[in-house]
Amino acid sequence: MYNNVMVNLTREDVHRLAMLSKITIAEDEIAQMQKDLDSVLAYVEKLQDVDTSNLEPTNQVTGLKNIMRNDEVIDYGMSQEVLLSNVPEVEKNYIKTKRVL
Amino acid sequence: MNSKWLPINEIAEKVNNGSLSATDMVDQALKTIEQNTEYNAIIVTTADRARERALQIDKLIKSGTNAGMLAGVPFIAKDNFLVFGAETTAASNILKGFKAPYQATVIEKLEAAGAICVAKANLDAFGHGGSTENSDFGPTLNPHDKHKVPGGSSGGSAAAVVLDMVPFALGTDTGGSSRQPASFSGCVGYKPTYGLMSRSGIIAMASSTDTVGVLGRDVTDVAYVTECISGKDPLDSTTIESDPAGYMIDKPLKDLKGIKIGLVSEYMTDGVDPDVKNKIEETAKQLTALGAEVIPVSIPSLSLALAVYYILVPAEISSNLSRYDGQRFGYSDPNAKDLDESYTNSRTRGFGKEAKRRIMIGTHVLSSGYYEAYYKKAQLVRTKIINEVHKTFQSVDYLIGPAAPTTAFELGSSTQDPLQMYLADIMTVGASLTGIPAIVIPAGTVSGMPVGLQIMSPQKSDKSLLEVAQLAQKEINK
Repeated sequence: MYNNVMVNLTREDVHRLAMLSKITIAEDEIAQMQKDLDSVLAYVEKLQDVDTSNLEPTNQVTGLKNIMRNDEVIDYGMSQEVLLSNVPEVEKNYIKTKRVL
Repeated sequence: MNSKWLPINEIAEKVNNGSLSATDMVDQALKTIEQNTEYNAIIVTTADRARERALQIDKLIKSGTNAGMLAGVPFIAKDNFLVFGAETTAASNILKGFKAPYQATVIEKLEAAGAICVAKANLDAFGHGGSTENSDFGPTLNPHDKHKVPGGSSGGSAAAVVLDMVPFALGTDTGGSSRQPASFSGCVGYKPTYGLMSRSGIIAMASSTDTVGVLGRDVTDVAYVTECISGKDPLDSTTIESDPAGYMIDKPLKDLKGIKIGLVSEYMTDGVDPDVKNKIEETAKQLTALGAEVIPVSIPSLSLALAVYYILVPAEISSNLSRYDGQRFGYSDPNAKDLDESYTNSRTRGFGKEAKRRIMIGTHVLSSGYYEAYYKKAQLVRTKIINEVHKTFQSVDYLIGPAAPTTAFELGSSTQDPLQMYLADIMTVGASLTGIPAIVIPAGTVSGMPVGLQIMSPQKSDKSLLEVAQLAQKEINK
């Protein structure tokens, strides 16, 4: 299935990716975005021909495993007030969002 | 480079013995920042807090207390480090107004050692770029030629060091973001072994390659700062133990006898500016004169590194940037009708073009039906690159090459073509994907513009890398 994954993105693809990314791309910017994404996808296409049999994927490079700590409360000296000071809308110490439905 | 600053250890020593004051050091830094505003290297100063801390340090010393190994040393942090005393924006509109509720671990470590942050440096928003043009605060200009870029994304930090604002600056390096601007602007830029310095409190770009970067005038200073900020951090579970021998260069090398250095053929192809190539070959000869054996080595899979990088990194970016949703911090559309519209409008207006491009590429390569072909394939090729690099280090001790295929390019020349901009990272992403340390030192100029020599070494061999780089810089400067 690695062969020919490269298909040029359609306008619909760009719309779909924007929707999944929770970003709006204006109608008059779609064509440029399509071109930009296509050029990057065309460049990375060369990986498809690389022989990677008998290799494991790399997720991380430190070799560290399961870094655990005790399940206890640590005081980082941060007040609720400071932590909430960057929140756009606060009500009674809750983060307020717009309605969901 | 000529500098009005003493070596960092001497500044700290003199501040500690009272012959210099921390207040004077901070004033000198702020004055130089003020004199160079035209370069737009700085987003904001932390002047009030810096002066306050300087007073405290001076008072502490008057009372007979040692204020630390960096007492009174001013520095500048890239604006993706959480720092008190000013907003932290990552040069992005979406974070305008954001005030750090805590500080990055490395900032805490520097402050504990007596260093003083005086300003936040400009960058490509969120670290996305190789020229610092992609900043929502406008581009930074190259200190050697105002029509050229300083490199990026830590272009503000590199320019700040070269403009002599401070003795050292912090950057970050995900695919070359400290090394390439060091090369373009003409200073030292060091990316440690992945995990050596905590990323807690640094705005994440691509977590599997993000590192702190240290920029300075010379390797001695950079090693001195490294000593202070390395090591395990309970707040960043990806950190590793630092070298028990430390990183300060106590006994500088006198020669490179018995050392084998590989000049990477993949970084010396026809695509590289011939003048840059000549410079690198000249420096290779200087290393030979010091007693090193320099031989050409080929690491074929390095030519695939950029393609791997531009799959894995956008994937990680799309994940890391999903936290910018307009609810807990950052820009939020006040008029959105419902939660979904609030997410979408806040992100659409808050993010710049490049962040959007990378989020969408990342979303594409991670989406079902494409994941195996793009993301997983890139992870497999990453393994291939790591294996080849490790194998090469069985026959040579260090690798060298340029840090970029050209010297600094003209402002505006690559901004319309994202792929062209990505190519600026082609010689730096290899070390990022493999997690090995790499350092760029100035290697002279071509038509007045700096060229950098990149030196790489095996994982966790940072100390010896710094020692070799120090001697190399001394020899090149002769």
